[in-house]
Amino acid sequence: MKHLLSVDDLGADGINEVMRLSDSFVEVSERAIPKVPALRGKTVVSLFYEDSTRTRLSFETAAKRLSADTMTFSVSSSSVNKGESLRDTVETIEAMGIDAVVVRHKSSGVPWRIASWVKASVINAGDGWHQHPTQALLDCYTIRSRKGDLGGLRIAIVGDIMHSRVARSDVDAFAALGADVLLVAPPTLLPASLDGWPVKVTHSLDEVIGDLDVIYLLRIQRERMSEALLPSLREYRAMYGLTAERLRALRRDALVMHPGPMNRGVEIDAEAAEDERSVITAQVSNGVAVRMAVLYLLLGSGADLVAPVGEL
Amino acid sequence: MAERERTVLPPRGGIFVPRTQVMDAADLRRAVTRIAHEIVERNHGLDGVALIGLQTGGVPLAGRLRDALRTIGDGAEVPLGSLDVAFYRDDIGLRPVLPEAVTDIPFDLTGRTVVLVDDVLYTGRTVRAALNALNDYGRPRAVQLAVMIDRGHRQLPIRPDFVGKNVPTRFDEQVDVTADGVTIGEIGGSQP
Repeated sequence: MKHLLSVDDLGADGINEVMRLSDSFVEVSERAIPKVPALRGKTVVSLFYEDSTRTRLSFETAAKRLSADTMTFSVSSSSVNKGESLRDTVETIEAMGIDAVVVRHKSSGVPWRIASWVKASVINAGDGWHQHPTQALLDCYTIRSRKGDLGGLRIAIVGDIMHSRVARSDVDAFAALGADVLLVAPPTLLPASLDGWPVKVTHSLDEVIGDLDVIYLLRIQRERMSEALLPSLREYRAMYGLTAERLRALRRDALVMHPGPMNRGVEIDAEAAEDERSVITAQVSNGVAVRMAVLYLLLGSGADLVAPVGEL
Repeated sequence: MAERERTVLPPRGGIFVPRTQVMDAADLRRAVTRIAHEIVERNHGLDGVALIGLQTGGVPLAGRLRDALRTIGDGAEVPLGSLDVAFYRDDIGLRPVLPEAVTDIPFDLTGRTVVLVDDVLYTGRTVRAALNALNDYGRPRAVQLAVMIDRGHRQLPIRPDFVGKNVPTRFDEQVDVTADGVTIGEIGGSQP
């Protein structure tokens, strides 16, 4: 595999391979010296056209734990401000000799364009409303590490489905692994069409909450909302927020997940974020191991190379 | 030989065609017992000795050595770990290298005498990778190497401390170590 652009690139087998490999990297991350020499001499560039804390730091930590060199490109301090085009920026970076580009952009499809321009591996770290494959992988891994297997689990994704690349990637990944995915959102926050989505939809969280194995809360993305899709955040919280009351209705063995950053008091109350069923912190730490697995698969394993005969 | 390589990868992967059995189950048992005695003798007892099996072939062997040491060492329990060296190999990117299993070393290595255990010693590159990996877990007082089969063809200045059997081989041969014995053969055909 050369690039990781969407969950569909992997399929169920690929997702399982990444999760299997992640087990080894979780062990690496738990060591006194959490670093292995696997990607020595490789250079990974993070090219972020959109704000990010955890994804960028997570990728950089992952690359460093594999002994790769990292470069960070942040738009605010770059020649993009002088009007340099995306293509020129990417080709300039590639000319410095790099092995992978981790890209985030506000427009859907940008990682595919970049992949067609460069020889390096491209990893999609979020493109517009479209895809965020490593988030889906770390979510699958987090659920698997608590539940053993995703097959047959009832997973509800709650909130702003329309603007959410996390939701799109998660739906693909959860469904590929055999989970029953349920979208819970007000009609205004659902995409115009759900044709071909392997999901069920409901507008009432209270109807389904007692029956869930996993409740996945999405952030209300105020920065992506150009029109009034919600009457008020208070009303949203009353209808769809994971409040203390709803927490009591949730099964004892259910998991509470959130991709971060959280709007406490909107989609999730502080009490829910800190509940023992919450695996939000585990999602972040698993993110490093999963991204190590992705970088290693793309840059290190040579998994699609043919082995030379007679030399072990 | 790593299980995944055997099953997954053409052209070397494929079906193992056995030709000559060089050790049977009883030979293996005797060799394990002898190596256990040699470990006790070399280290003047079992104080501070730990066993680490290399994934995947060395792990069952390390378990058998631990059992043998328990018998001859009056029930002394030698710590046992397993190590996957995939991320430390020097041929990453040259050929497919994926970890076989999660490393598990549930004790501190610092100050111990670590006996690395593997089934077959060939080029020595796995052992080199293992020595690097051990460094990241602690600073052993000494590292010794126990292998069931030394098949020659070393590419690095590495020699075993304890050997089950020296078996001269050709490059294109494969050595298969199981609980039932040791067989030399070739990889024939390709995986269906």
